[in-house]
Amino acid sequence: MERIPILRMGSFLLVTIQVDMHDRLAMTLQDDLTRRIVEVNAKGVLLDISSLDMVDSFIGRMISNIAAMSRVLDAETVVVGMQPAVAITLVELGLSLPNVRTALNVERGMELLRAAAQLVAEGADGRDSP
Amino acid sequence: MTAYSAAHTTSAGKRLVDILRAHHSDILRDWIEVQIGRRSLPASELRAQCEEFLTLLVPALQNAHDPSIDGVSWQPAKEFLSNLSAVRAQQGFSPSETATFVFSLKQSIFQRIRDAGMTDAASIADDMWAATLLFDALGLYTTEVYQRGREQVIMRQQQDMLELSTPVVTLWDGVVALPLIGTLDSARTQVVMETLLHRIVETGATIAVIDITGVPTVDTLTAQHLLKTVTAARLMGAECIISGIRPQIAQTIVHLGVDLGDITTKSTLADAFRVALSRTGRTVTRTFAGAGPQRNGERPS
Repeated sequence: MERIPILRMGSFLLVTIQVDMHDRLAMTLQDDLTRRIVEVNAKGVLLDISSLDMVDSFIGRMISNIAAMSRVLDAETVVVGMQPAVAITLVELGLSLPNVRTALNVERGMELLRAAAQLVAEGADGRDSP
Repeated sequence: MTAYSAAHTTSAGKRLVDILRAHHSDILRDWIEVQIGRRSLPASELRAQCEEFLTLLVPALQNAHDPSIDGVSWQPAKEFLSNLSAVRAQQGFSPSETATFVFSLKQSIFQRIRDAGMTDAASIADDMWAATLLFDALGLYTTEVYQRGREQVIMRQQQDMLELSTPVVTLWDGVVALPLIGTLDSARTQVVMETLLHRIVETGATIAVIDITGVPTVDTLTAQHLLKTVTAARLMGAECIISGIRPQIAQTIVHLGVDLGDITTKSTLADAFRVALSRTGRTVTRTFAGAGPQRNGERPS
């Protein structure tokens, strides 16, 4: 059965969507991802959708759901590499993904996750992240 | 065209050819005289144009199978008129002045028809009708071409404006700005949005400043377009700052009940730039005292 691989990088999980998403695949991804987050006690999820060039309301909702689920499991989600056309489509569909963090590419996304993790690690120090 | 008039106008057309041939120089002289009174164009140029048109007119008429000017034989004459019309449009002639080039030929032709010594009123009327039809068609063709030329110019300008009015400039490494000028309608917003998003990808910018100093009015639709652009940029991982909001526009936005959400808004591009710099971890410092007025937030060195 077709699956989207979930790679582990330290305390973060890296998910790269490179195939056409359909309902079943999305549900499997949600199952796999939530399980992996709990398994490895992940602090962040990096969702790379740079090769996604078509999007519909279902996929938009899926991205939003994944972010929400991860947050419940105490992992920050960063969506990276969204194509301009996809961004425009999502906005036109009314899916502005208000609670999802975004970054331009994987590198920037990683920086964001690290900064967030550092912030958490520093705890009540009151220091701002750089 | 009814069969009746078609039969008559073709025979009338032949007579017209005869008249044009026999009185070529007279017609030319009269025609030029009429036009010189109307518009100041170098006489030599006008003469050349008239002469060329008359030379094209005779073979076109001779080879025409029907009274309309749709036939192949009219191609050279129509081409000449197209060029003439384009040139005159550039020289600032009005459409009626351009069409008058053809219409003013009527008077001279009618004069020859009268002088031809025909006693039969019916044939004179037929000839007149044939000539009128012909020159009206040619005159209208000239106007049409003139108008088409104008429309092309307008369309090209619209296109140019669309492209020219959405420049995305790089302010700093990772900071781009989009100075918007003019009213934002749906078509323009689409272009603005696409250009901005593509530039964000190209430059890898993390902050985009949308400056609306040049946007005269903001209504709910414009505000919605702006919000969409900001949201789309955020989805791609770039943050947007809206700057250049004039007092009037701030009032309008509040009165309209538009919710700009958590978008950073600044009144000037300079303020937005400062915010952009500080968010990318940079500050502006003065290298020596006394260089220009002190700005708020600038660190004295």
